[in-house]
Amino acid sequence: MAPVVQSSQPWVEKYRPRQVKDVAHQDEVVRVLTNTLETANCPHMLFYGPPGTGKTTTALAISHQLFGPELYKSRVLELNASDDRGINVVRTKIKDFAAVAVGSGSRQGYPCPPYKIIILDEADSMTEDAQNALRRTMETYSKVTRFFFICNYISRIIEPLASRCAKFRFKPLSEGIMSSRILHICGEEGLTLDSEALSTLSSISQGDLRRAITYLQSAARLFGSSITSKDLISVSGVIPQEVVEAVFAACKSGDFDVANKEVNNVIAEGYPVSQMLYQLLEVIINNDDISDEQKARICKKLGEADKCLIDGADEYLQLMYVASHTIRALCDMPEELHFD
Amino acid sequence: MLWVDKYRPRTLDKIIAHEEIAQNLKKLVSEHDCPHLLFYGPTGSGKKTLVMALLKQMFGPGVEKVKLENKMWKIDAGTRTIELELTMLSSTHHVEMNPSDAGFQDRYIVQEIIKEMARNRPVDTKGKKGFKVLVLNEVDKLSREAQHSLRRTMEKYSASCRLILCCNSSSKVTEAVRSRCLNIRVNAPTEEQIIKVLEFIGKKENLQLPPGLTARIAAQSNRNLRRAILSFETCRVQQYPFTINQALPPLDWEQYVSEIASDIMKEQSPKRLFSVRGKIYELLVNCIPPEIILKKLLSELLKKLDSELKHEVCHWAAYYEHRMRLGQKAIFHIEAFVANQSLVQMEPVSSFDHLKDSLCASFSRISYV
Repeated sequence: MAPVVQSSQPWVEKYRPRQVKDVAHQDEVVRVLTNTLETANCPHMLFYGPPGTGKTTTALAISHQLFGPELYKSRVLELNASDDRGINVVRTKIKDFAAVAVGSGSRQGYPCPPYKIIILDEADSMTEDAQNALRRTMETYSKVTRFFFICNYISRIIEPLASRCAKFRFKPLSEGIMSSRILHICGEEGLTLDSEALSTLSSISQGDLRRAITYLQSAARLFGSSITSKDLISVSGVIPQEVVEAVFAACKSGDFDVANKEVNNVIAEGYPVSQMLYQLLEVIINNDDISDEQKARICKKLGEADKCLIDGADEYLQLMYVASHTIRALCDMPEELHFD
Repeated sequence: MLWVDKYRPRTLDKIIAHEEIAQNLKKLVSEHDCPHLLFYGPTGSGKKTLVMALLKQMFGPGVEKVKLENKMWKIDAGTRTIELELTMLSSTHHVEMNPSDAGFQDRYIVQEIIKEMARNRPVDTKGKKGFKVLVLNEVDKLSREAQHSLRRTMEKYSASCRLILCCNSSSKVTEAVRSRCLNIRVNAPTEEQIIKVLEFIGKKENLQLPPGLTARIAAQSNRNLRRAILSFETCRVQQYPFTINQALPPLDWEQYVSEIASDIMKEQSPKRLFSVRGKIYELLVNCIPPEIILKKLLSELLKKLDSELKHEVCHWAAYYEHRMRLGQKAIFHIEAFVANQSLVQMEPVSSFDHLKDSLCASFSRISYV
């Protein structure tokens, strides 16, 4: 049993587009950036959008294309949430880097414009103070430095920063684009994927290409080169539909003890409850036997339970809470408890 | 040695309860390709056993020679230095730790210590670059910032370091971390599997097993294998040879909670509330986690109530457990739950308001005691 030899890198890294024009589905961004490449002129930029849509990829690709491998190290500063980005770092590290002046002159076919790039990945996790400290820095050194902010939620970037940047929204990938990328990777890696598995993959990953590729790789590692939709579901942590249906059926039966048993089973099987709530919501919304009012009542409770889970509340109790209220809603029991 | 440790499977081949997972893990190792892993599942389902067996499969018996270190770390956080003490279990190939021990400072552990470890790449005797495995326990207890810090570390140093994360509930691990790992759900073993394991142990220990004993132990264990084996051993110590009707020793605290539940059911008065308060304190000082007390109390109450009230008690248990998580002192919330429960049961009685007043009065008195 020799130590495992480090083999391939994650496919997410392996198939990361190296050039801006390869970035899928974000035409608007690509058009602006290609223009940038030609004129070597670029504003501060803010990329926002859901995870796995290519924000970091685009930022890295444009910096590589602008500077080439040789200058990349000295011209680009990449900071993300794993680095400390408190107000001190903004005041020292970022400011020092931003202040340095650089010369222009293209080398080896790269434009090498006379400015540096600072990429702030996951910028929505920066504190407000740190963001405020950046405002002046951005303006003062705008001659020699460009900032790229990358975030999931634009609302967490303070307005003064956002207004200094050109904003680009990254859309979730459409099913067609996703399928073509996945099929491309399957071809490269020698995998076979039937059409059912392909559609499962795009539905469970919800427009997040990174997630889709990770699932694909996980499944390939565990189950070999031919992958079925069942394999994908088992690696993705999605709960099998039967289990969700069983919980719902137990609630429908109106018997508290039956529901309790089913919930206990879900917990013992180790299914994540947040995922359970999400899938339960789907089942309830698509069910035609329930009146709208009942649906609304249940959805309200689902929302409350989800919030509690985020706060760190116990999974069993929260699922039980939802189950109990679902029973009450389905049996048209009064919404208010006797003692409130 | 306790049976739990003595019969812990050391290799992936010997695992009884999670054969399928073990086979999959073996395949991972044999393909020389191991992603970051996230094991999640209820307590006593065998996550740790799987992790250790996996490490052994990867690195050979070397991983079993572990040493326990208690290291002080000095972390430079800009304006001040933070001192952190962290216990680590390490072998030449892996390091195991519990980053959530640092409480609210766990972010620094992730940002500095884990990054530092991930960066250093071990080189084996032939000069080949290997990689190191970091086992992090209870990642679900890490703060949000710490989990955010983890995600880039996982990508950046993936060449030199593999993370194995263990947690009870994957709901509390952020999506970003989950999507970077191969998620492995470790379900609690079914009762049949527990019976199989107990019979296996019984055979190894040369015990005469009366029919039905293992089944009863399994039923009482709540699908927790560790607990089943422990209570099996307790039975062995208490009385051997086994008899068919041998009483299974219940856990002290569980019995205590069930007493509390019957106290609540029997009488609803401020006086009773006061005595219950004392009992809950007793449990808390004996280090029974408050959420477990509350859950057990709920399940005991559910046994006794009629179905109308079950919804009510369930609602309030969830409500107060959430409040407990946000608050500071667990006793307030458990007691509020108990008081509320008393009120719920009293409700049909006309002197409801009167009781409410007297309860409030007793509360204000109690809080100064």
